[in-house]
Amino acid sequence: MGKYILKRVLQFIPVFLGVTLILFALQNIVPGDPIKLIGGEKALTPEVELQLRVKYHLVQVDDEGNAILDENGDPVPETLWNRYVFYMTGLLQGDLGSSYQRKLPVTDIFAAKYPYTAKLALCAIVLEAIMGIGAGIISAVKRYSFWDILVTLVTSVLVAVPAFWLGMLLQLFFGVQLHVLPISGAGGTASQYQDWVHYILPAVTLASVSTAYCARIMRSQLLDVMNQDYIRTAKAKGLSNRAIIWRHALKNALIPVVTYIGVDFGAMLSGAILTETVFNWPGIGYEMFRAISSRDWPIVMGGVTLVVLVVMVINLLVDVSYAFLDPRIRFDSSNKNA
Amino acid sequence: MNDNKTPQTIEEENEALLEEIHQKSDSSSPAASRTLWGDAFKRLRKNKLAVISVIWIIFVIIVALSADLWAKQWLGSPTAADSTTMAQNSTLPPSGEHPFGTDALGRDILVRVIYGARISLSVGVMATAISTILGLIMGALAGFYGGIWDTIIMRLADIFLAFPYVLFVVSLIAVLGRSLTNVFVAIGILGWPSIARVFRSAILTVKENDYVDAARSMGASDVRIIARHIFPNSVASIVVYATMNIGGAILTESSLSFLGMGVVPPTPSWGSMIQDGQAYLQTAPWMMIMPGLAILSTVLAFTLLGDGLRDALDVKMKDA
Repeated sequence: MGKYILKRVLQFIPVFLGVTLILFALQNIVPGDPIKLIGGEKALTPEVELQLRVKYHLVQVDDEGNAILDENGDPVPETLWNRYVFYMTGLLQGDLGSSYQRKLPVTDIFAAKYPYTAKLALCAIVLEAIMGIGAGIISAVKRYSFWDILVTLVTSVLVAVPAFWLGMLLQLFFGVQLHVLPISGAGGTASQYQDWVHYILPAVTLASVSTAYCARIMRSQLLDVMNQDYIRTAKAKGLSNRAIIWRHALKNALIPVVTYIGVDFGAMLSGAILTETVFNWPGIGYEMFRAISSRDWPIVMGGVTLVVLVVMVINLLVDVSYAFLDPRIRFDSSNKNA
Repeated sequence: MNDNKTPQTIEEENEALLEEIHQKSDSSSPAASRTLWGDAFKRLRKNKLAVISVIWIIFVIIVALSADLWAKQWLGSPTAADSTTMAQNSTLPPSGEHPFGTDALGRDILVRVIYGARISLSVGVMATAISTILGLIMGALAGFYGGIWDTIIMRLADIFLAFPYVLFVVSLIAVLGRSLTNVFVAIGILGWPSIARVFRSAILTVKENDYVDAARSMGASDVRIIARHIFPNSVASIVVYATMNIGGAILTESSLSFLGMGVVPPTPSWGSMIQDGQAYLQTAPWMMIMPGLAILSTVLAFTLLGDGLRDALDVKMKDA
């Protein structure tokens, strides 16, 4: 088991370096000078500009921290590779750099925004697990019944619906028509609703598509397990249908579903750009989208770094628990896709 | 065949069988023989949802392609807006004259949905083409040559899958700039890992077969072996994945346009029309409802067709 975990952790390192390196290279292809973005409308004096370039590691510096000038008196641009090394060194010390426009450390910005994303993800995942697993079980147990057809229809539609559009329909119905739920924001003193009411619509929107997938996986897994020999044995033993499903079938059918929910939780924790945009949600997804639009690259880099780390840790936990629940995986070292 | 039968009865039976086959093939297509595609086509025709999906997709394609011939004359221009029509026609609810209503600039929404179909369909097809070709090349390199190629390409696939998807597409567009071609490229580049994995595992299962060795001993090149002997074995699953990817690409394009990262206005796109409608949610909800229904119906048609093809071609897929 320990060896298995170590192997998975070691596999993540090149992926992590690859993702950050690709994004770091991407931001340097983008036209536009970051220092101009920092200055905004004001024209900066050459001294201040040089100081900023040193601060953001855009030019090469000597041992005393002064910018190296070439024969024309211009600063020498730092190489992309060195800047990446600076970034990763800072990262290991818990420093993600500073935003170009908001003049704040990136870590402070995410510390303020992340709780909203995390709480929303938690609400959505609970909703998804209850609704998805429930609908999947009903659908499989009462196969070809009215409920099964209903679940199949609803999941097919949910998979094809743009989530942001569904969110707007919910706003239209519950907010504009019925006036029972707030349509934007995360609450606070200005809102006439209690804070938790603000989570309902965004959580439903965020959970919608994955609930559909979850129900489908649950249904097909349960149907699959019900055809196994040990279920026939249980039937032959004279156990009731209820006992067979709850005691024997569900345990095995749930393993892939739990895996799916785990991976999906990782995805939700990485911020939902679309849902957060529709509901004006103060989370990291909207923050990163705003940063991309305004080319505030330190926020984008910091956000992606954070998100990839979160996704990887969650996926690692999922893989480990999977190996724990299903011994076939941990002993079958030849299976690379496990 | 049974030994007790005389040659004569066997001949009679054969003739009866032949006649039956002829009758069957007359009633359906002449190609209804015992080929994979003939069988699959027969099975697909029995799947009502798949048939309706195909009809809907063909309908949308015809409407989108022929729009120049009739739509503008009937409903007005999808892009132009002058101040007089704006004052009179702004945010009219659906009516006989404007079946889907009008938007804030007084443009007919139906004609914009029709022209938006061009963007969605072209993105669906082009992005899927790019990701399928990339995926086939990557999958072939990884599966056929193995070793270091396999390690590098599969790690690269992991990197692409580890990225938050929408964030990656949005970043790519921010780097490449807003244009239709860049939307093709951004969505296409990100879609290759799934096809690559399918093709790689198909190659791994087929590679060791005797007929591949036979082809090699006859002097066939690697490219020929992959294209003529391995690719036909996995074409069914690739067709299924590609069909579903078209729906996925249309959804991604609408998300991009919704975020203001798709094609540049005033070119109508379903996602950007929904974004336009967001500000008028309370006063003119049809502005966002109509393009949303267009996305839903088209993506649903491609998913249901993909499901139908999967069943008809008997392709086993990992996810439900």
